[in-house]
Amino acid sequence: MNIIVVGLSHKTATVGIREKVAFSANQIEKPLKELLELEGIIEGVIVSTCNRVEIYATTRDIAGGIARIKRFMAEYHHLAFADLEPHLYNYHAESAIRHVFRVASSLDSMVVGEPQILGQIKTSYGYAAEYKSSGIILNRFLHKAFSVAKRVRTETKIASSAVSVAFAAVELAKKILGDLSDKIVMLIGAGEMCELAAKHFLNSGAKGVMVTNRTFERAERLAEEFGGEAVRFEELFDHLHRADIVLSSTGAPHCIIGPKDAEEVIKRRRFKPVFFIDIAVPRDIDPKVDDVENAYLFTVDHLQEIVQTNLAQRSLEAEKAEEIVTQEIGQFHKWLSTLEVTPTIVALRSHFDEIRRAELDKTISAWKELPPGAEKRLEGLTMAIMNKLLHAPTSLLKQAGQGGRVDLYVDAVRQLFDLESPLHDTEELELEE
Amino acid sequence: MIHIFFYLTLALYSCATLAYLAFIIRTTSGLGLWANRFALAGFTSHLLSTIHRFSSSGHLPITNMHESLSFFALSIVGSYLLFERKYKATILGAFIIPIALILVISSSAFPTAIRELNPALKSNWLGIHTIMAFVSYAMFTIAFGAAVAYLIQQYFLKKKRLGALFQKLPSLNTLDDISYRCLTIGFPLLTLAIISGAIWAEKAWGTYWSWDPKETWSLITWFIFAALLHSRLTTGWRGQRASLLTIAGFLIMLFTFIGVNLWLPGLHAYK
Repeated sequence: MNIIVVGLSHKTATVGIREKVAFSANQIEKPLKELLELEGIIEGVIVSTCNRVEIYATTRDIAGGIARIKRFMAEYHHLAFADLEPHLYNYHAESAIRHVFRVASSLDSMVVGEPQILGQIKTSYGYAAEYKSSGIILNRFLHKAFSVAKRVRTETKIASSAVSVAFAAVELAKKILGDLSDKIVMLIGAGEMCELAAKHFLNSGAKGVMVTNRTFERAERLAEEFGGEAVRFEELFDHLHRADIVLSSTGAPHCIIGPKDAEEVIKRRRFKPVFFIDIAVPRDIDPKVDDVENAYLFTVDHLQEIVQTNLAQRSLEAEKAEEIVTQEIGQFHKWLSTLEVTPTIVALRSHFDEIRRAELDKTISAWKELPPGAEKRLEGLTMAIMNKLLHAPTSLLKQAGQGGRVDLYVDAVRQLFDLESPLHDTEELELEE
Repeated sequence: MIHIFFYLTLALYSCATLAYLAFIIRTTSGLGLWANRFALAGFTSHLLSTIHRFSSSGHLPITNMHESLSFFALSIVGSYLLFERKYKATILGAFIIPIALILVISSSAFPTAIRELNPALKSNWLGIHTIMAFVSYAMFTIAFGAAVAYLIQQYFLKKKRLGALFQKLPSLNTLDDISYRCLTIGFPLLTLAIISGAIWAEKAWGTYWSWDPKETWSLITWFIFAALLHSRLTTGWRGQRASLLTIAGFLIMLFTFIGVNLWLPGLHAYK
């Protein structure tokens, strides 16, 4: 039994193509059903996000399964196969396992380390479970992918550093001021980055926001949006000392806060530190403010540098993450290979036993006068023959489970003795953890 | 004769120091855990060594340079372990534990013979006075460590050099908290230590204060930390100035503790 992956992502297709192939979440039942009706496809999961559309499936026929899924994707969305095909990639066996582990760990994402993809895959898996299109193998596979993703997130710093200016500002604030839950942010002026940063601060638990603007109505509007307090621009320096974090982005041509103002503010705050973030160009805050004790001034350029450093660090962490993925692949692949060994051994044995029993019964019922103890003897005889015959193939299958070519042996045994595939009937399957 | 536990303590503190320093370079939770374990094990062994010394000599082990330095180190490590648990700032160990290690190593350089306690010192006041003094010294040592870390972080922030070490050290706020907490515990203890010393001196020698070098320098130390605490409580003084004064206070305290005993004659000198 093999796992196959077919799909496209932002790496192989533009958004124009991706949106044509997307499966919508509230109509996922139909495509899942059709997927399972494809010949040779036993289990299936569809993952469709704005950056990728992928189908995971299990099949015995790798080449055929992949081809059929490709066609399915084209036909379901009424696209010409030749138009879609060049954008599709496919994986099977170990490379399929690696791909899905990597995707779940956000290693294949546009921004490595992004947190959304894991949730998206979990949701897709939820649908597959609900509509029973996934079975034992994909269930176990995706659960494993989730735990690998978790390992990557906790054991590497792939997702821990800020890669946007707004996040960098929040992280820096925590390094200066500690816990943000009793800290107040003052917004001077307005602007996208300013407001985004304020939002991030609030999301990170900041206590409150004060907004001031030359136009008081604007300040009021913003204050309402943030659930904060509007301050008149003329009264800025009456309230500035209440802020632990100052975000400034006005259109003023010169500085509105100078070192003397900063010293006043710090003294009034009993020397509690203040984090100034100057987003404006030309600058709102005199650079000499940074020389004031307990005042810490950063501009957007500084924050950008931090983001660059973090991005570089993420790619280092990504290498560690790839190692973790490689470790986990080995384990899972082994499980997958040995999955069929036990049921095959059981099936082989029961096949032999059926024949033994049938012939034994035939012989005994045809015998007119059985000597005493003969039945037992015959039972013993047939069992012994069967066991001895089974001994070699059984140990070989068990040993093959430890080594490599298990598929080969399992397939050979099943074909040679015409055994039913155990994975069609999930109740027969015993999982060895 | 140095007890086996003492050597064990030395070994464990060395391992802890190495672990904490390695932790600064490679900040993995595994290393941090091991550093903490070594420090804890070292402390336990150190405590046993001290208790053993106490029982075999019959008096509190602070009567010579060897014992004092050792007891000081013990107080430092004990106090630090409590702070590490509360503030989870494992990395501070790299600032503090090496100090304890140096103290223990230095203590082994001094003669270790157990001496009879000077009969004038046989009093309950000995325990009260000295233990409070030692614990206050330990507090000031940790405050020193936090102050140094604070100045390092401040430097990074002002120079905009936010590298690996910056990320690993705790926030300015945490360091300030730790320093302040140490001050609020250490200062009252030092005050009580000086007062109890004076009361005891009156009982033993007839005068509360004799301007013995130890007494004088303790007073100087006391004034520095009093000034620090006072300005913190009134004008809210904190940050660079406070850190520098904390470091100065620590150095004076070190002189009070060691320098006075070694170089200046007086009541507290170890003859």
